[in-house]
Amino acid sequence: MELYETMVLSRYLDQRVWLLNRQGKAAIAASAQGHEATQVACIEATDPSKDHYLIYYRQFTAMLALGTEPEELLRGFLARADDPMSAARQFPLHGAHPRVDLFNFSNVIATQLPQAAGVALADKLNKRDAVTVVFFGDGASSQGDTHEAMNFAAVHKLPVIFFCENNRYAISVPMEKQMGIESLSSRAAAYGFPGVQIDGTEVSAVHEAMAAAVERARNGEGPTLIEAMVERLLPHTTDDDHTRYRSSEDIEQMNDRDPVKIMSEKLIEHGLISKEQDEAIHASAQQRVNQATDAVEAEPYPEADLMYLHVTEGPGEVK
Amino acid sequence: MPELSVIEAVRETMRSEMRRDSSIILMGEDVGHRGGVFLASDGFVDEFGEDRVIDTPLAESSICGVALGAAVNGMRPIAEIQFADFVWPAINQLVGEAARVRYGTNGVKTAPMTVRVPYGGGVRGGLYHSQSIEVLFAHTPGLSVVAPATPYDARGLLTTALRSNDPVIVLEHKRTYRLAKGEVPEEEYSIPIGRAEVKREGSDISLVTYGLMLHYSLQAAEMAVGQGIDVEVVDLRTLRPIDAKTIIESVSKTGKALIVQEDTPAISVSSEVAAIIGENCFFDLDGPITRLGPPEIPPMPFSPVQEAAFMPSPEKIFDAIVRLAAI
Repeated sequence: MELYETMVLSRYLDQRVWLLNRQGKAAIAASAQGHEATQVACIEATDPSKDHYLIYYRQFTAMLALGTEPEELLRGFLARADDPMSAARQFPLHGAHPRVDLFNFSNVIATQLPQAAGVALADKLNKRDAVTVVFFGDGASSQGDTHEAMNFAAVHKLPVIFFCENNRYAISVPMEKQMGIESLSSRAAAYGFPGVQIDGTEVSAVHEAMAAAVERARNGEGPTLIEAMVERLLPHTTDDDHTRYRSSEDIEQMNDRDPVKIMSEKLIEHGLISKEQDEAIHASAQQRVNQATDAVEAEPYPEADLMYLHVTEGPGEVK
Repeated sequence: MPELSVIEAVRETMRSEMRRDSSIILMGEDVGHRGGVFLASDGFVDEFGEDRVIDTPLAESSICGVALGAAVNGMRPIAEIQFADFVWPAINQLVGEAARVRYGTNGVKTAPMTVRVPYGGGVRGGLYHSQSIEVLFAHTPGLSVVAPATPYDARGLLTTALRSNDPVIVLEHKRTYRLAKGEVPEEEYSIPIGRAEVKREGSDISLVTYGLMLHYSLQAAEMAVGQGIDVEVVDLRTLRPIDAKTIIESVSKTGKALIVQEDTPAISVSSEVAAIIGENCFFDLDGPITRLGPPEIPPMPFSPVQEAAFMPSPEKIFDAIVRLAAI
């Protein structure tokens, strides 16, 4: 139920930042719409008090599931001074969070995978009970860094989970032009660790696969590759138009793969919530997002002079 | 005070720092039982074990990317790039990522990592075992780049790098590894990043250089004594941030500047040093800011004849000194 609430909140927040972009207030946004179930279920199987999360730019829902507030995310999108991730130096959702160990240094695809292996290596060397989860999309699977990271992690049996959200498009390039195989998860065998493909719209399927991977990692048995099949309901970013490269049938079929809708129907069908309760969840999420938007829009941008801070330790070399 | 070579100074510094700080790990190609191709980590596996001396797969991007991740999570890794010529696959993890960790997270995360990069030519290394790769790193805000030329400086600067809370690129000139010897104190010391040193005082010409060229320049300066020319030799030691103050003080005193480097000159360290002098010493100059470097061809030919023609030498530097002194 809590997971569903996070999914709904994420959906409204996501819709809001697109709106803010269209109003000229948010420079750029990448949507997580369609990825919500997979992200909440994935995080649910871990322990944010000790685990590490290397995210990428589509990790809206994961960040909410990890306990960041809607205001914090909006500060990133609106480039406000108190953006906790990077003080508005970086694109939204990039940087590092001061409370949860989640970070995303870069826009360069797949650089986080070797870094995740390094984070996990440090935990292993220090005999810490921590798991590193690194997220990436199908596009990242083509990068050399992905191969290098999986190979290194396999050699050292590192407690890392490679979590691929496969929405079948690297911006506009479809899966069949990215790889000659049916399933990315099949590559895991070549590295010597398990790989599973699951339906990323199914919370229980994602949770089950993650729980097994987390247990494996905590037992010192090494990495797992999880490939969660999801839909990217919207274009790549606010600057993209997916009608240029997706057929209308392909766009149409996504309606049946909307994880928020699927979850809502399931919860009602199983009598876990009533239709009225569902409406209340939606209304409350919308209200929360309205409230956060009003608050953050009133906040200031960072002062220009703050851009000189944190180049290197100490006063630095600039100015 | 024992006399060490540069490679011995590097080895002893890593050894003593790894004894002092258990968060330091060494990772790279053949650094384990082989001890590194230059034997920088000779005997390290026996002392520190395979957990701390990691023979990596042959993949430079992940050597640096894994080191970065480990650094962010509390370690102080040393990533060894076997030859500078092989660093290019790792450029993104260094220039694109490590350099921006502190900045891009507004100080929430830091990357205390050292990348040791044996570089430079004159060793019959041909196109892919001779390169000078300093410019790209020295151009990058967020990185520190040091290029010690002597055993004393190698120990002092490597110590500082290993204790720094930010990424430091340590450029070790391969030709100096066994060629350059000097006294190195047994007790620990460090040299701050960003400080050049006047290695030879003089009054007629300021010769600004670094790396192997320091040794050639000092030889050329001695040759110039016979011509009655008194050359001051400034060793940059750090390429980012460059010590403008020491350069300006020297050139303001002598009025003439010769910049010597092994790297091709276009858009290079010597370009930056020339700009610093031009901006700050205009009224003190008694001659044109002069640069000596190799020709603009891909460094550097394997043929001994062509390699010698490519590399600056003490004789070529001496000739440049004489020409500038005559102006």
